[in-house]
Amino acid sequence: MSVQEVLPLNGLTAEQSGQFRADHLLVAEMVKPGSKVLDVGCGEGDLLQLLETRGIDGRGIELSREGVNRCVAKGLAVVQGDADTDLVNYPDDAFDYVILSQTLQATRQPRVVLENLLRIGRRAIVSFPNFGFWKMRLQLLIGGHMPRTENLPATWYDTANIHFCTIKDFVELCDAIGVKMERAEALDLYGRPLRLRLPWWVWNMFGEQGVFLLSRGGRK
Amino acid sequence: MGGVKPVPSPAISADDRSHEVDHPSSQVAHFGADQPLRLDCGVDLSPFQIAYQTYGELNSDRSNAVLICHALTGDQHVANVHPVTGKSGWWETLVGPGRPLDPQHYFIICANVIGGCMGSTGPASVNPATGKVWGLDFPVITIPDMVRAQAMLIDRLGIDTLFAVVGGSMGGMQVLQWTAAYPKRVYSALAIACATRHSAQNIAFHELGRQAVMADPDWHNGRYTDQGIHPHRGLAVARMAAHITYLSDAALHRKFGRRMQDRELPTFSFDADFQVESYLRYQGSSFVERFDANSYLYLTRAMDYFDIAGDHGGVLAKAFAGIETRFCVVSFTSDWLFPTSESRALVHALNASSARVSFAEIETDRGHDAFLLDVPEFFDISRAFLQSAGKARGLTAKSD
Repeated sequence: MSVQEVLPLNGLTAEQSGQFRADHLLVAEMVKPGSKVLDVGCGEGDLLQLLETRGIDGRGIELSREGVNRCVAKGLAVVQGDADTDLVNYPDDAFDYVILSQTLQATRQPRVVLENLLRIGRRAIVSFPNFGFWKMRLQLLIGGHMPRTENLPATWYDTANIHFCTIKDFVELCDAIGVKMERAEALDLYGRPLRLRLPWWVWNMFGEQGVFLLSRGGRK
Repeated sequence: MGGVKPVPSPAISADDRSHEVDHPSSQVAHFGADQPLRLDCGVDLSPFQIAYQTYGELNSDRSNAVLICHALTGDQHVANVHPVTGKSGWWETLVGPGRPLDPQHYFIICANVIGGCMGSTGPASVNPATGKVWGLDFPVITIPDMVRAQAMLIDRLGIDTLFAVVGGSMGGMQVLQWTAAYPKRVYSALAIACATRHSAQNIAFHELGRQAVMADPDWHNGRYTDQGIHPHRGLAVARMAAHITYLSDAALHRKFGRRMQDRELPTFSFDADFQVESYLRYQGSSFVERFDANSYLYLTRAMDYFDIAGDHGGVLAKAFAGIETRFCVVSFTSDWLFPTSESRALVHALNASSARVSFAEIETDRGHDAFLLDVPEFFDISRAFLQSAGKARGLTAKSD
């Protein structure tokens, strides 16, 4: 399986790039500088800080109080909130992009959340762990138990992730609700993008996570 | 908090307090007949004066001014020795060298609210028309009135845009009123332990306090000054009841439990057997030495009337439509006077207006009073918020 390295973003030195997670660099690269962004489930604000270095007006929502307070103590505009219940408070077209990074699988109503992302934002960037990843399949098929990986170490009874899906499942959901996929990337276990133009089934098998740039409209 | 003192602090002469009412030791801005204060009740208050303190220097482009709004029983003496009580400033935890609001970086202003009793015109002031103390003839004032008067002071000081407006509790209400009334004049707003309206429960507690004052025979329908007395018993009861709402069950239990005051066994009397009783009595008696009873009636009333959404057709978000002010909203987990749900409602409205807002709920068992106490997480958040706003504003504040 050949991979390509994530290129350093414009304006960031290689050293600066090294401070950030590979999937964050990929997401940041999808966002046009100067735009207004909402990061849903922003954790401790790493992605927002990266976006700030690119002159992006970033806001965040985070569920955990500790996460929120760390973000606010970094000077970030973050509020405590829940993707399932609080997105309804935002008006239509409030943001250029709404980002949902590694959070979709933890929401109670992923479809409603996805629809809200594309109501609030003109575009949405969604990344999620791919349950079709070969290691997952292998653990279920051979081991006979719920999969656990380096990035998803929680046991089934401890995990906050209640709505796992595969890349294929997600693509089908996008089709079902008329969401247009402007760009799709699959990342391997180390956060590196898989080579483009590989067939979907390869991504669904070898992508550890999927990253999608979405917009409204498209195929029905 | 050390041992509880069973005796009130040394009595402060009523003369000291009444002198501060009309001739404060602070700076004073006088507004003559040509500049009346238009009150919500329809009255033009004129003449009137605003007493205020400042800390630090205004920079050359006048961009580093910070207005602090005080709470119900606070005043302009944020970070200096109080002229009546001799105690240190009420917010020296937040304001001072090395603190989040450092006078080295900011020009900090705090004014006694209109209706207060520490030098700004209020019911304890002398009504120039009659030569007597206003008493209940003073018009009922509102939070918007307080803010309107502050805006006139800011004009007088030659400041167009405030870098920040900061306040907790009733001060937080003023912060929000500033952003709703003068959004272009507020670059950033730090609203702590507050709400966009006073709840039914809070109005109820205020009514309890007012009735306690009015039930004191020394109150004399508000004309006690003419008799040379002060309804200190009623006001002390009001303060004791209010003080309970500023704490929490857990904080009271931690501080006092069921411990006895200087005794081993109950006295089987109504003496202050318990430490918590002694503490409350002390809070009540020290408060009456520095605060005017009528002023307490007026300021609690102003809070009761506060309802930003009510002033905007019932839709809170309308009050903040298109606002560019940077907000930081802070609440405390054990605050049951202004619970987190109130801050959350504000944050939802700000989100609906696409405002730039940070919102942190801080875990503490110290209740509403936490905003005045040493809570490091609150200081970290305030400091970071002000620094990041300062950076965006182009203030050359050195990070310390």
